[in-house]
Amino acid sequence: MDRQITYAQAVLEATEQCLAADESVYIMGLGVPDPKGIFGTTLGLVNKFGNKRVLDMPVSENGMTGIAIGSALVGMRPIMTHQRVDFMLISLDQIINNAAKWHYMFGGSMKVPLVIRLLIGRGWGQGPQHSQSLQALFAHIPGLKVVMPATAYDAKGMLISAVEDNNPVIYIEHRWLHNIFGHVPEEMYRVPLGKARIMFEGEDVTMVSSSCMTLDAIRAAEILRKDGISAEVIDLRSIKPLDQETIVNSVKKTGRIVAVDGGWRSFGVSGEVLAVVAEQAYRFLKEAPKRVAFPDVPTPTSWALANHYYPRAVNIVNAIKSMFGLPGQSEEQMGISYDVPLDVPDKTFTGPF
Amino acid sequence: MMADKTIAMSLYSTMLRIRMVEEKIVELYPEQEMRCPVHLCIGQEAIAAGVCAHLSEKDYLMSNHRSHGHYLAKGGSLKAMFAEIYGKAAGCSKGKGGSMHLVDLDVGIMGTTPIVAGSIPVAVGVAFGSALKGEDRITVAFFGDAATEEGVFCESLNFAALKKLPVLFVCENNYFSVYSPLSVRQPAERDNLALVKAYGIAGERGDGNNVLEVYRATGKAVQYLRNGKGPYYLEFDTYRWREHCGPNYDNDLGYRTEEEFLRWRHRCPADNFERYLVQEGYATPEKIIEIKKKISREIDEAVTFAKQCPFPDAGDAFIDVYA
Ligand SMILES: Cc1ncc(C[n+]2csc(CCOP(=O)(O)OP(=O)(O)O)c2C)c(N)n1
Repeated sequence: MDRQITYAQAVLEATEQCLAADESVYIMGLGVPDPKGIFGTTLGLVNKFGNKRVLDMPVSENGMTGIAIGSALVGMRPIMTHQRVDFMLISLDQIINNAAKWHYMFGGSMKVPLVIRLLIGRGWGQGPQHSQSLQALFAHIPGLKVVMPATAYDAKGMLISAVEDNNPVIYIEHRWLHNIFGHVPEEMYRVPLGKARIMFEGEDVTMVSSSCMTLDAIRAAEILRKDGISAEVIDLRSIKPLDQETIVNSVKKTGRIVAVDGGWRSFGVSGEVLAVVAEQAYRFLKEAPKRVAFPDVPTPTSWALANHYYPRAVNIVNAIKSMFGLPGQSEEQMGISYDVPLDVPDKTFTGPF
Repeated sequence: MMADKTIAMSLYSTMLRIRMVEEKIVELYPEQEMRCPVHLCIGQEAIAAGVCAHLSEKDYLMSNHRSHGHYLAKGGSLKAMFAEIYGKAAGCSKGKGGSMHLVDLDVGIMGTTPIVAGSIPVAVGVAFGSALKGEDRITVAFFGDAATEEGVFCESLNFAALKKLPVLFVCENNYFSVYSPLSVRQPAERDNLALVKAYGIAGERGDGNNVLEVYRATGKAVQYLRNGKGPYYLEFDTYRWREHCGPNYDNDLGYRTEEEFLRWRHRCPADNFERYLVQEGYATPEKIIEIKKKISREIDEAVTFAKQCPFPDAGDAFIDVYA
């Protein structure tokens, strides 16, 4: 049966099943038990599992991360939530110096099974301090795993895998994915960390993307198909470990690659993907690789600026067309139109979020 | 407490102006043209008014996400604030920041930022730099009760005390961090005055809905700072009337009761002070109406300005990354 639920519901379901399956799992974060429940992803949990395992916390991100780490050392499996990536930057010390290294620096004698759920904000004037995408920063750190599921199915399966993993896992959710429906089985299933997924098969060019940008990549692939270009879309799902094999095999087939990333262009995931291709599939390349990523500037608040800041399907399509010597086109010419302003994901968004 | 008439009227106008500006935001927000988060301070205006009444344009101010009141009370440009909220090029941050990032260097507002407690150490640093330069200015850091839970709050207190910096820490305790009451965040025994005292910082706690009390307490604190005695901590109890972020009421969510809200609504800092002024004969009802009309005209002008002025050019997103 095709059971459809939203990404947010999938996250909730995964959390609930993990809490039910293992007494050592607990979840804490600002607003976890509040009436909005982290955009619906923690709603009702406190009633089912009690406030010892489903808890709010002081606005003390650094300290609380250290506390989560300590509890993990003695056998707990904490899930921490942050409503924006930006808020948890205060806890980088605990994450990078402690969580990422504890296992290694004590000779493998202890482990830190910790999941940190980070939400990326976007739109409606979220601005410089409420919409950063820092997957590259985390992926740079040995000892951390970083995942960015794009579908409801993966959101659930990967959260379960992350909770069951014995390492700190940074689980990044894009706010604009929360309301998107997808097929999600009811049972407790796992999607392995470190395996990409081919979302759209193609022969002529490979797109590698993740999270919200995968939606743009798929849209781009559909547009390109009308122009006779067959594009393959690889959704990374895991940023680290990076599924190099899937990327390289695809490029061996297509000979062209565009790395698409919802993060800054310089020193980011897109650069890493292209480095892998350069190292392992250099001879197969028919064209110089390209990147489509965020410009190297902070996110501006004004919608007049932010609307031009985020790359969209049109940018991906044109990047690929130029590889084939084809002229770029406008969104209008491509038949892309929007029924909502560019700074909101869908009609249900009408105010601050 | 009897108040000097000029001061009383000025405190009233400041509070009223903040209230009316934010009520205008409430009115216009549904037009969906103010496309950024707004954290309204309706119900909390007395603190901004009472504190800033003691500051000169040269004194510095830093604040958090809920900063409209602080910005206005300190003399920040209303037009530039509305333009910023509308995302316009004439905004105080040229549209880069929005409601959560207000600035007006002409009157010492060094920036307001929404990462909880993030601007507190920066305020201490402003005071530090200013002291190193031998300036005779004080710095005020506004923040909420939640900010006192961040480690950086204590770190800031420590350094300010160590260097006897002229920093006025002002905590607006509205009992909530978004929907989370103090009870799930701080032990009931916690006493911020005792905490700052442990760092050697003098402090006082008062009724943040009573503008005269805020004014009096701040007067004492500012005197202390200007005499070079070091930092001072003020905590005022108050209540945010509307939702944490946005123009609506949200008591229906269930994180607090309507009765609790109504109790605080009854303690409206602006209405109660207005009644007091009329009772004491400081102002006639006609005078009050005149003040309201004047403020209303000013607000309408600022909104018209903000709506009419142009958006930044798309390319402006790429400038000002480096100085
Ligand atoms: C470091 C950090 N953590 C969490 C948040 C999310 N957040 C935004 S405002 C807010 C409440 C802050 O409460 P308080 O400081 O008491 O100010 P109030 O909103 O009550 O005026 C929170 C938790 C944030 N902006 N920054």
